[in-house]
Amino acid sequence: MTEKSSPLDRQVQVINIGLERFTADLREAGVPVVQMDWRPPAGGDKKLLELLDSLHERG
Amino acid sequence: MFCTTSIVTSSYYDSVVLMRVASQLKKRQGVSEVAMFMGTEGNHALLAQVGLTTPESKEAGPQDLLIIVRAESEELAAAIAREAADELISRRQTEQSSQSYQPRTLDRAIGFLPGASLAAISIPGNYAARTAAHCLEKGLNLFIFSDNVAVADEASLKRQAVERGLLCMGPDCGTAYLNGVGLGFSNVVRRGRIGCVAASGTGLQAVACALDRLGEGISHGIGVGGRDLSLEVGGIMTTHALALLDRDPGTRVIVLLSKPPHPQVAQTLLDFCRTLTTPVVSCFQGARLPGGQLLQTLTLEDAAHQAACLVQEKPFTARLFSQPDTVKALLANAGSGPAGKQLIGLFCGGTLAKEAQLLLTPLLGEIATDLNRQNGHCLVDLGDDRYTVGRPHPMIAPENRSEILLELARSGGLNNCGALLMDIVLGNGAHLDPAGELAWSLAELRGKHGFSGPVVVSLVGTEDDPQALSNQQRTLHQAGATVFLANSEAARYVALLVAPACRALLLNEPDGEAS
Repeated sequence: MTEKSSPLDRQVQVINIGLERFTADLREAGVPVVQMDWRPPAGGDKKLLELLDSLHERG
Repeated sequence: MFCTTSIVTSSYYDSVVLMRVASQLKKRQGVSEVAMFMGTEGNHALLAQVGLTTPESKEAGPQDLLIIVRAESEELAAAIAREAADELISRRQTEQSSQSYQPRTLDRAIGFLPGASLAAISIPGNYAARTAAHCLEKGLNLFIFSDNVAVADEASLKRQAVERGLLCMGPDCGTAYLNGVGLGFSNVVRRGRIGCVAASGTGLQAVACALDRLGEGISHGIGVGGRDLSLEVGGIMTTHALALLDRDPGTRVIVLLSKPPHPQVAQTLLDFCRTLTTPVVSCFQGARLPGGQLLQTLTLEDAAHQAACLVQEKPFTARLFSQPDTVKALLANAGSGPAGKQLIGLFCGGTLAKEAQLLLTPLLGEIATDLNRQNGHCLVDLGDDRYTVGRPHPMIAPENRSEILLELARSGGLNNCGALLMDIVLGNGAHLDPAGELAWSLAELRGKHGFSGPVVVSLVGTEDDPQALSNQQRTLHQAGATVFLANSEAARYVALLVAPACRALLLNEPDGEAS
């Protein structure tokens, strides 16, 4: 296995998925951040979600 | 009482926003309950549990917003429900105009921020593992604030992260510091030479603030979530984080904070620590592991102090109080009123509550962890699930603690209370004026309910926090509270108030000596 670069060496740039308050705090601190518009996938339909996941695994 | 149920279809809001708006509207005259939830399976179960299910509420799906209001008239209930919906729409419009584009998919988000290094995930727990796995596939480190993630999913995510050379901080990770960036509930602290691996968010906050006070700073603070040293997870992320910090040229000393590890995991951890060249100071909340690989401390303050001494190449001696003479003067001022009476502690930080419990049990005897006990000492973690069902965490909404405190006073629960002990944790993510909220409730307690006992506050924060430590200290002093910046010292001081016999042990004085 090759030596991987340490995650501690990367400049922190954040994709925030969820509480928007965290995005506001990071922006305030000058950290590059993108807030995702997250909603329950497949409209929260469990069966449809399982189907999507199986497609994702195949793809 | 009248109850209305409204459904706003296809309108997703995060739980903190919903609970904050509900909490504000609930304070209105004539309103007894305002509940706002997304119509997820878990939330329907919660509504049934608290008796708020209505025939209409059952119709709401996971992307629909449910607003349930109980009020003294039908008109008032309907008006409050309309106001709630209007407030949410107005907040969203403000956010959308003040913020830039919000992508709907991970690929688009990465396209928008190609240098993205980390995903911060704070969505409902039953969706978090799936989203986290997709983020790992994209090479992103994880900060998972969400709780209620299955422990098997946690172990699997952590294994995948290690294989990819990434971090999986959490689930249930409240705080982290990476490369000088605070994530989640984090204090504004200086960078420095001390790395932290922490299974507790408030524990990491307390240590980071103590180091800041001692003139030191954090290189990185890697949160691992409260279950990492359980048998099921096996310390995967703790050992990964220790190895990363050991190789980090900016880290001279490591502080490791956790609940007591599972015995099998403890052995693995100790064996692993033998391979490290960086000294590790640890605090395991009451547990002491065998062997000499770790420098083990009893309290969070001691962990920070010992780490600071190590980098400053100074000898370390554990101390019960940093300023014993000040404590003696405070005790003289407080008088003997609280002696022999009940101690009631209401905490927002679970780790701080646990630390106080561990320090006080040997001094005061049995201490209950809930408010149902009428007599005897109690220390309660108000961030526990029992007190946060359908409510925001008290670190975000300290008014929840005020409500509990005033309800206790109304029901006679403070009649035998000799002293109150409370924590306030400042920083990003926390309420903007928690001291002001506490000062208001103390004024109510003293003015309307005749409570005259001392109030002791364990205050965690720094001057650079959004709330500014000195401003919060001033507000608390003006409200008549006694403030300690080390949680362990606040706990020990309260022991001295309600059990003066502790002086011999804690202030190195003969029994009964008066100050």
